[in-house]
Amino acid sequence: MTAAEMLSIAAFREGRHAQAFPSFGSERTGAPVVAFCRMDEREIRLREPVLEPDALIIQDPTLLHQVDVFAGLGAAGRVLINTTRSLEQLGLKELAGKFRFCSVPATELALKHVGRPVPNAALLGGFAAIAGLISIDAVAAAIREKFSGAVADGNVAAASAAHEYVMREIAEGLHA
Amino acid sequence: MLKQIEGSHAVAEAVALCRPEVICAYPISPQTHIVEGLGEMVKSGALAKCEFINVESEFAAMSVAIGASAAGARAYTATASQGLLFMAEAVFNASGLGLPIVMTVANRAIGAPINIWNDHTDALSQRDCGWIQLFAENNQEALDLHIQAFRLGEELSLPVMVCMDGFILTHAYERVDMPTQEQVDAYLPIFEPRQVLDPSEPVSIGAMVGPEAFMEVRYLAHAKQMKALELIPGWADEFRAAFGRDSGGLLHRYRTEDADTVVVALGSVLGTVKDTVDELRRDGQKIGVLGVTCFRPWPLAAVREALAGAKRVVVIEKSLAVGLGGIVSSNVYNSYAGGADAVHAVIAGLGGRAITRASLARMLRDAVAGRLEPLTFLDLDQPLVERALAREREQRRSGPLAEAILRDLGVVAARPG
Amino acid sequence: MSFQPVKFYQTGTFTVGNRLLAPEERSVQANLRRTNSLNSGHRACQGCGEALGARYAIDAAMEATQRQLIAANATGCLEVFSTPYPETSWQIPWIHSLFGNAAAVATGIAAAMRVKGREHVRVIAQGGDGGTTDIGFGCLSGMFERNDDVLYICYDNGAYMNTGVQRSSATPPAARTATTMAVGAEPGNVFGQGKDLPAIAMAHRIPYVATATVAELRDLEAKVRRAMEFRGARYIHIFVPCPLGWGHASDQTIRIARLAKETGIFPVFEAENGEVVSASKIRRRLPVEEYLRPQKRFAHLFGKPPRADLIARMQELADRNIRRYGLVDTSGAQR
Repeated sequence: MTAAEMLSIAAFREGRHAQAFPSFGSERTGAPVVAFCRMDEREIRLREPVLEPDALIIQDPTLLHQVDVFAGLGAAGRVLINTTRSLEQLGLKELAGKFRFCSVPATELALKHVGRPVPNAALLGGFAAIAGLISIDAVAAAIREKFSGAVADGNVAAASAAHEYVMREIAEGLHA
Repeated sequence: MLKQIEGSHAVAEAVALCRPEVICAYPISPQTHIVEGLGEMVKSGALAKCEFINVESEFAAMSVAIGASAAGARAYTATASQGLLFMAEAVFNASGLGLPIVMTVANRAIGAPINIWNDHTDALSQRDCGWIQLFAENNQEALDLHIQAFRLGEELSLPVMVCMDGFILTHAYERVDMPTQEQVDAYLPIFEPRQVLDPSEPVSIGAMVGPEAFMEVRYLAHAKQMKALELIPGWADEFRAAFGRDSGGLLHRYRTEDADTVVVALGSVLGTVKDTVDELRRDGQKIGVLGVTCFRPWPLAAVREALAGAKRVVVIEKSLAVGLGGIVSSNVYNSYAGGADAVHAVIAGLGGRAITRASLARMLRDAVAGRLEPLTFLDLDQPLVERALAREREQRRSGPLAEAILRDLGVVAARPG
Repeated sequence: MSFQPVKFYQTGTFTVGNRLLAPEERSVQANLRRTNSLNSGHRACQGCGEALGARYAIDAAMEATQRQLIAANATGCLEVFSTPYPETSWQIPWIHSLFGNAAAVATGIAAAMRVKGREHVRVIAQGGDGGTTDIGFGCLSGMFERNDDVLYICYDNGAYMNTGVQRSSATPPAARTATTMAVGAEPGNVFGQGKDLPAIAMAHRIPYVATATVAELRDLEAKVRRAMEFRGARYIHIFVPCPLGWGHASDQTIRIARLAKETGIFPVFEAENGEVVSASKIRRRLPVEEYLRPQKRFAHLFGKPPRADLIARMQELADRNIRRYGLVDTSGAQR
């Protein structure tokens, strides 16, 4: 849930309205969790789950074939996947033309900069690079609101690294 | 000050600004973050002059609040669902004794079958207990209503239940404007009890009342709530003047002035309803929305006036009067002068099932076209229901109902909504 | 000057002793300026043990707290007979909420006093055995565990008297009640393992636990005063006979209570932080039959045929109490 929260805080820092919420369940580690975030210039009144996302962040690619993550994703919708593997290796090759994929080794970056395999902050840094919706600065500020001290520093570093990675990826046109 | 925070924390901060003196609560999903937040504030000293008591049950929570309030302290607690039922005896006791306790109910369904997700069954199961019941449309209103609740309750000597949708509001991060301590202090004076346990002026509270006076005592409870109906709009005006926004009051009207069809609802679903109505308005439908903020006392005159111009009324409610139909709808029938036939009860979102724009739009188009039944269960899986009934017809030992239905649904993947 | 030895005779309430004692040693009730917190005019039965116990306990508490006292009362005989609408016999601030929540209500009152900086105002929660050992058990345990600054007083007459003498978990074995009738192979209440509230209170390791009876009223007053010297959770369990429910004459209340102590059926002791610190010895030990015989609720034990087996089991319970609390001086000397 923390990633969606931080995303909403980043959007807030840039003056937008944002709504973040989980698809609700009991507190249990290991269960599949979906979280949503809406961002808008105006007040958000809608409360239904996000059924037609503009973008997806996939934190755990092992769920790709257990849950229909792409349901409702708009044409040319953006997808950011936490992985070191290629689309083909993930079994998503046939979707390559339908959506715009980017990947980032968020878990690895988190291990490197934070010392724990918690990819949330890194994913947001990567997301800032593709969506054009939030800046990396806003992401950093949101991270510092949630964490402090060395943990915050590490997460900001991971986010920045992920941001650079994805920027390069897009520039090199590796993914559509 | 503008903040992007979780609904629960917004409520915790707002309650803290109200300078509560005794907070006593028992954890239950989805209220936990509210009490945890307050507990931390007390422990760290951020919320001073406040006793935070970890009680052993919800029954104890309301009982501790009763003792604290009767002794002159500003008391607060929070609960949901099963917890509200577990304290039901004490809930009636608090209103019967006229103690201005404020309680958050993080609306959640009631089992069996056990369900932790949102609907209004819990609060509405206590609709006649004598508490004032307010329903928040969003987290801004949720935090504002708590500030108003302490004021309302203490002026009337009545307890107040502030209802906010569990998970949908409690666990949602959204933008809120948090008042300052100065603003709240100016609006909410120190608690001056009507009755208090004080050795210098001993009184007996809670004696038995027999047939000779019980009718009168109950009438006075009713009269007090009717008085609240008169006073609540004025307090909402005062709130607007002090804090600069519309929050609370008896009801909120949206595009009802020229509406042929008015949708009535409580709580967070109003947001989705308004988006849907805007869509239908673009198609030329004349639809409006009536959000009821104050459910008890029921604002009969205000609802009647708001519905006066409508040809049809659609009540969307997250509650069910088993064996009858709608609970909110039943309250609306009394308030609509155009006759009960024009009022449609739509039961939706029970146990946390998502209410979508698409379903609402479809249903409202049916309503406008005269195709909507008097009682509808939105998005009901009819074949599933029929299979369950068939199973029961075929076999006496048909097994636990809920489990059989779940098996029938197949593997339930983590799909949204 | 020669000295004349003065004998103090036991007359039931030691009233003789009061006149010959220094004022500060007399019982609270002997004082003309007693607070009469439970004033006359209440509707208790003639000979009610609970009314007697409550009057002594609350006035003692008032004296010990300089009249800074608030009471929360559970539903039950005491609550009903003391507040017959539209009258109240309480001259202290008093609240009745529900049957099972007196301890929690008291917790709330104590919290209010603390937060307002008025901790000199002390709080009592009180109820009968039903409201304490059964329906109020959860709230009682919670209050104990948190060590809330509340003195809980249980007036134990061994049944739900107010509603017509139904069995509670405090009802003694073999006793007849409306729900444990004296019929069948095991007439009266079952011989279970009992529910030892004083021991349960001690298991919570609260600062002070005491038992008392209405046969030794000055002892009761002293224990209430002692309890008020402590802060935190305290528990006093008072044995109060009920003439109506137990089926004995209304002028025998105090005597029956004394018999309960002297047979060992009801141990009288004090404990601090979970350890017994003093036990009141039995002056002249009596067999349990002496206690059982005057009460009609045990009449079936003496019928045709008499149930010597059940009486023997009651004796065992008494013996166990005597052993456990050291209630009999093995040297044979009197107290």
